[in-house]
Amino acid sequence: MNRKGEKTVNRQRIHTDPQHYNYLTEKLSPPSKLGSGLLRAFWVGGLICVLGQAIADAGVAFLKLSTTDGYSLAAIVLVFLTALLTGIGVFDKIGKYAGAGSFVPISGFANAMVSPALEFRREGLVLGLGAKLFTIAGPVLVYGIGASVLVGLIYAILFH
Amino acid sequence: MALKRIGQQTIALPLRPALCAGAAYVGKKEGEGPLGESFDFVTQDELYGQQSFEQAEKQLYLDAIRKAIEKAGMKESEIQFLLGGDLLNQIITASFSARELGIPFIGLYGACSTMSESLSLGAMLLDGEHASQVVCAASSHFCTAERQYRFPLEFGNQRTPTAQWTVTGAGATVLSLSPRKPPMARLSQVCMGRVVDLGVTDANNMGAAMAPAAADTLLSLFDDTHTTPADYDLIVTGDLGQVGHDLLMQLMREQRMPLPQDKYRDCGLMIYDDAQDTHAGGSGCGCSATVLNAHLLPRLESGELERIIFMSTGALMSLTSSQQGESIPGIAHAVVLESPKRKE
Repeated sequence: MNRKGEKTVNRQRIHTDPQHYNYLTEKLSPPSKLGSGLLRAFWVGGLICVLGQAIADAGVAFLKLSTTDGYSLAAIVLVFLTALLTGIGVFDKIGKYAGAGSFVPISGFANAMVSPALEFRREGLVLGLGAKLFTIAGPVLVYGIGASVLVGLIYAILFH
Repeated sequence: MALKRIGQQTIALPLRPALCAGAAYVGKKEGEGPLGESFDFVTQDELYGQQSFEQAEKQLYLDAIRKAIEKAGMKESEIQFLLGGDLLNQIITASFSARELGIPFIGLYGACSTMSESLSLGAMLLDGEHASQVVCAASSHFCTAERQYRFPLEFGNQRTPTAQWTVTGAGATVLSLSPRKPPMARLSQVCMGRVVDLGVTDANNMGAAMAPAAADTLLSLFDDTHTTPADYDLIVTGDLGQVGHDLLMQLMREQRMPLPQDKYRDCGLMIYDDAQDTHAGGSGCGCSATVLNAHLLPRLESGELERIIFMSTGALMSLTSSQQGESIPGIAHAVVLESPKRKE
């Protein structure tokens, strides 16, 4: 079957109808472990956020930064740490363990930028690294920025 | 008139070409698996001393071919055809190896079914007396496959429970009509598979996409040769993994040709053990190619196995077809291998 649900020509000996096969596939494919997956995402994601908060507070307390600058410092430090961990081949293991726990915080964004940069360096600086740098983060940026523009427009029309 | 055809899809090879020697070169993870001891060479370095993963795969391919030719007691110049392929775009591993070998080259793409595809065609060339020595080869590399089909290696994502792990490895087999040494096995029949698609679209569940093709080819072979699973010591599929393995058993039960539990194995489940956390098992051209050459051929040679069906399975999708929402067509080619110790 193709995407439109039209039946493609399929001459075969297996007279199993695709719906029955779909049922079999679902029955015999193990599902993701929801409970432990959520728990792992929760504690790792939580820990990253606690770390970010600690960096921001430390910036305010010791470097006499404003609160806004403190949060920028937290973002910079977390991005740096993730890039470093990606570079030395550790972050993919954290991601494998924690899933969205390490992907949703800013660490996920840093990893999504650094990993293609490492991967495609061999194809050259321009057509490799340059062209492939945004392969993972690109869609997030396009729709993230797109959504923020849209929300900003609605806000401007309604409240000004 | 095609005199050597039996039934719809099967071809009998009366000259029974000999599988003279095989070689398998693999990566670290495969070396740590249950078959680790059997491989000719295990590299601890994913780059295999090269500049890129693609070059590493090519070098594994080349070294496996040279080793197989050496083990067969032959010289490169005596080999009349190289039949082979791999998973990379434009099968660069196979053709770049052929560039260095200078053997007339027939490039094949059958996704992960390439090993049995190349054996089938190689054996037919021999049986038709168009050649007296050929070498058949296939390979895959985890790092080249990941970057072509999926994500960068260092990207921190989770793999689904049905996902399979691409085997890093290359396998090569030398086939001949007049072997220099006692052959490891003989190839008596070939069953070329049809493309079968039951509408699986999940590229992370390739076992499910390929199982119907495997069932189709097996049923054709049994039908054409009037045999049943009881006539074989072992039926080995290429890389169906756990999900595809279970689905094939189920489909064969439904078609009233059940595969006995002790007679059916999948290379994807043989090459890694559970502790290696590969999820549904191994995949890739290299999976069946290395298991055949390192594990199955020696067992046929010793007579421990007398007659087996070796059937590599392929998922014929591309990144583009998957992204456009197309379902995944499967294919499986089967060859019947017999031990030289088998009594007629």
